[in-house]
Amino acid sequence: MISHIRNFSIIAHIDHGKSTLADRLLERTGAISERDMKEQLLDSMDLERERGITIKAQAVRLSYDAPDGQQYELNIIDTPGHVDFTYEVSRSLDAVEGALLVVDASQGVEAQTLANTYMAIEAGLEIIPVMNKIDLPAAEPERVAKEIAGVLGGSSDEVIAISAKTGEGMDELLEAIVTRLPPPEGLEADPLRALIFDSYFDTYRGVVCYIRIKDGVLSKGDRVRFMATNNVENADEVGILTPAAVPVASLGPGESGYIITGIKEIDRVRVGDTVTRVDHPATTALPGYKEPKPMVYSGLFPTVGDDFERLRDALEKLRLNDSALQYEPETSTALGFGFRCGFLGLLHMEIVRERLEREFDLDLVATAPSVAYRAFTTAGATIEVRSPQDLPAANQLDHIDEPFVKVMIISPSEYVGTIMELAQSKRGEMGELTYLSPERVEIDYELPLGEVVFDFFDALKSRTRGYASLDYEPSEYRTSNLVRVDVLLNNQPVDAFSAIVHKDRAYNYGNTMTRRLRELIPRQLFDVPIQAAIGGRIIARETVKAKRKDVTAKCYGGDISRKRKLLEKQKEGKKRMKMVGSVEVPQEAFVSALQIDQDG
Amino acid sequence: MGDADLVQIVERAADDLGAYLHVPFCEAVCPYCDFAVVAGRDDEVSRYLKAVTAEINGSDAVGLVDAVFVGGGTPSRVSGLAGLVGALEERHGLAPDAEVTLEANPEDWTDGKAEELRTAGFTRVSFGAQSYDPMVLEYLGRRHSPNQIDAAVDSVRRTGFESVSIDLIFGSPVESDASWERTLGRALEASPDHVSTYALTVERGTELSRLVIGGAPAPDPDVQAGRYEIAQAILQDAGYRRYEVSNYARPGHECRYNLIAWAQGEYLAFGMGAHGHLDGVRFRNVRKLDAYLDAVERGVSPRAGQESIMTGDPGLGNALDEERVVLGLRRSSGVVLDDVATAFMASSAGIRLVEAGVITAREGRLVILKPLLTDEVCSSFLASRS
Repeated sequence: MISHIRNFSIIAHIDHGKSTLADRLLERTGAISERDMKEQLLDSMDLERERGITIKAQAVRLSYDAPDGQQYELNIIDTPGHVDFTYEVSRSLDAVEGALLVVDASQGVEAQTLANTYMAIEAGLEIIPVMNKIDLPAAEPERVAKEIAGVLGGSSDEVIAISAKTGEGMDELLEAIVTRLPPPEGLEADPLRALIFDSYFDTYRGVVCYIRIKDGVLSKGDRVRFMATNNVENADEVGILTPAAVPVASLGPGESGYIITGIKEIDRVRVGDTVTRVDHPATTALPGYKEPKPMVYSGLFPTVGDDFERLRDALEKLRLNDSALQYEPETSTALGFGFRCGFLGLLHMEIVRERLEREFDLDLVATAPSVAYRAFTTAGATIEVRSPQDLPAANQLDHIDEPFVKVMIISPSEYVGTIMELAQSKRGEMGELTYLSPERVEIDYELPLGEVVFDFFDALKSRTRGYASLDYEPSEYRTSNLVRVDVLLNNQPVDAFSAIVHKDRAYNYGNTMTRRLRELIPRQLFDVPIQAAIGGRIIARETVKAKRKDVTAKCYGGDISRKRKLLEKQKEGKKRMKMVGSVEVPQEAFVSALQIDQDG
Repeated sequence: MGDADLVQIVERAADDLGAYLHVPFCEAVCPYCDFAVVAGRDDEVSRYLKAVTAEINGSDAVGLVDAVFVGGGTPSRVSGLAGLVGALEERHGLAPDAEVTLEANPEDWTDGKAEELRTAGFTRVSFGAQSYDPMVLEYLGRRHSPNQIDAAVDSVRRTGFESVSIDLIFGSPVESDASWERTLGRALEASPDHVSTYALTVERGTELSRLVIGGAPAPDPDVQAGRYEIAQAILQDAGYRRYEVSNYARPGHECRYNLIAWAQGEYLAFGMGAHGHLDGVRFRNVRKLDAYLDAVERGVSPRAGQESIMTGDPGLGNALDEERVVLGLRRSSGVVLDDVATAFMASSAGIRLVEAGVITAREGRLVILKPLLTDEVCSSFLASRS
């Protein structure tokens, strides 16, 4: 009965206890016995469990016997908790009618939670504010409840205080879910419209789509059409997640579950697409499908050239479960063969890198992250610039636009000054400053994304001792005074070190890179000039002086074995060198030089 | 350089048999020294000489010895060396023109000692002079004066030794270019037949290395490069020919014993810490005095280890070739331009070194033109082989 269904998401900051709460709900409703429970069941990837974050959405159906004697079907659609995965979040929010906003009673509201909450409010969802971890000695339930009420515009009495750890307050929460959240709407008689809110690749079964039925009925064996891709497939299996996959005969309006069609290529399924029935088709798709658009680009190169094919295989495999990951082959004179990869954001980038290194045992060099610039040529063409190499020559360049983002920072109020200073140094334009409570403040900025991905987040964290949280969303492209700084080794540009930076920062970048490289590049047989240049203009120069002496003074009958060992060691060092033009550069030099430091 | 007579001398050494005798006793250990030495153990001298004699007597005869080197330590502090040379002659035989070198400290030298050693068959004396600058001598922990060097060299000459050599160390942090030039000038006035000039090297585990790690100034390689070039110019001007990275000689006074090592030739080895090379095997004796004495006295071999120069796997190439080139390239006359050397010159690393003027082919040989970059060349050569 549709009136007894409640669909909701849980919005929470990292570590605020979302997964523990989900586990507790599962346990309370008997979905799984305590014995079978792995800690934090919803986060199924190792990396997710380790980092305490959710990358992929998950769905679980629970049966709840309410005190009123009625049985309710509760569907939790878990959402990723990070700004990079805003698109996934919005799809998940489209699949539910309500959301639990979970806030740590000892921490308060964080920027990402707030951003997702605003998204939920915009999507018209009913929000139940939940304050978790009230059992902690450091909990400040009154202050935090006030803060939450301030954000949501309600009263602090509406905030439900719980401890997911001890189970305190769970009955009140379950009751609130049933009474406060509205049931879904939709008619069985209407044409089928099911929203795909996530998908994953199963080695044996192919692509599994998580769906939420908005209208109509989906039954096993139906011929279905994926409206965005216009694929027609057979519904080989339809089922629900309890959280184990349980096949059912059909799913009706308001219900969530999964569909398996035998599609093997993840590209043929798009999150946000609408599934309809061929025999009773819907004319319009549900709103929501958007091509995921990378915000951040970086080159990934294997440190060992032979690993290129392995890297390609690994990226292909990752992409099966991560359609937002984009990549294309890239060749660098310095780093060899690799891939230019597009990511949703910095965390996404970091996660992909970590998974490649961990799950596929690859050693990678990542070039400095870059954003998508738009270059306008004097000939009137517009070029999307994802790598400094794509930038047209200065004499053909009319102007460059760069993406700006709207950044929301929430921080203890004592750090306002230092945050403003930092944002200004990164060309930030300040928006509103709002006190969420006397101790906590929200500051909005418009910032170039390029600055944010470069080192803004790290700098913010270190300047606020980790207390500030940050969220951003794309805003607009603006024309900026950007230049490409090239780094030349012995008069030859080294592509891996080129960067597009604001003109005011060009000198600093050039200086930093040349100085750093002077330390990292061993002395050669000749003087090696290291220069930073904008077009033909040199803005910084260092020299690695020619090596004058490399000889063992004494080598007699008693020294031969030792001498050979020394030379063998030196030989191994030589073999790790990469030739850049006529300069021998140790592989480690590229890695070290590309490491962004905070003063850079 | 490249002189035909030198090539002949150098190549002939490949067929010579050498013998090394180690005498580890010193009055004190110099701060830069990492050789197998002992100080304050002079009470063991006679026991030690007996042990070495026993080791010689127990060794397999492999032919007449062409060059003997009695090194240390400070062999000149010890009496009874005649017995050692005698034992060697008795067991292995000495070639009629054999070179027999003694390492000596100037402060130990007397005319009496000179006579005794000359009579015992020594033909050549190599003095650890190190410097004529008292400040440098003090820094190096040496106990002799510049005048003692001159007196010792004179004494050797008067006694009729065939050759006298002096060792110099340059590039210590207390030395200046001018001081080094003065040292070279004084050395030339003494008119030795042979001069070795060594850049001061901070070896691991030495007192000097502890000082440097603790913040004392370390030798500057660029400064040392400059001093090396100063020595090259001054010594060559004075008629000394550089025949190895650090060694200069009047023509015909090259050290035969050392030429054997650079020609990958064979040499016997006796005494604690001594290294030898026979039948494609490099071997070494234990480096501790007590362990050495104990082994020999119990009648067991004092050998501490050995390694074959040949690789077991023919697919990996021949380590013998690699070692031969690496050692041979230390000589100013380089190595024969055979298949191995030619392949290196044709490799990308070889071409770069030719273009940079570091190596060249000359009269059928591969030679290094910038001896200061010898290790760079040798490691490039090894890298080109794998």
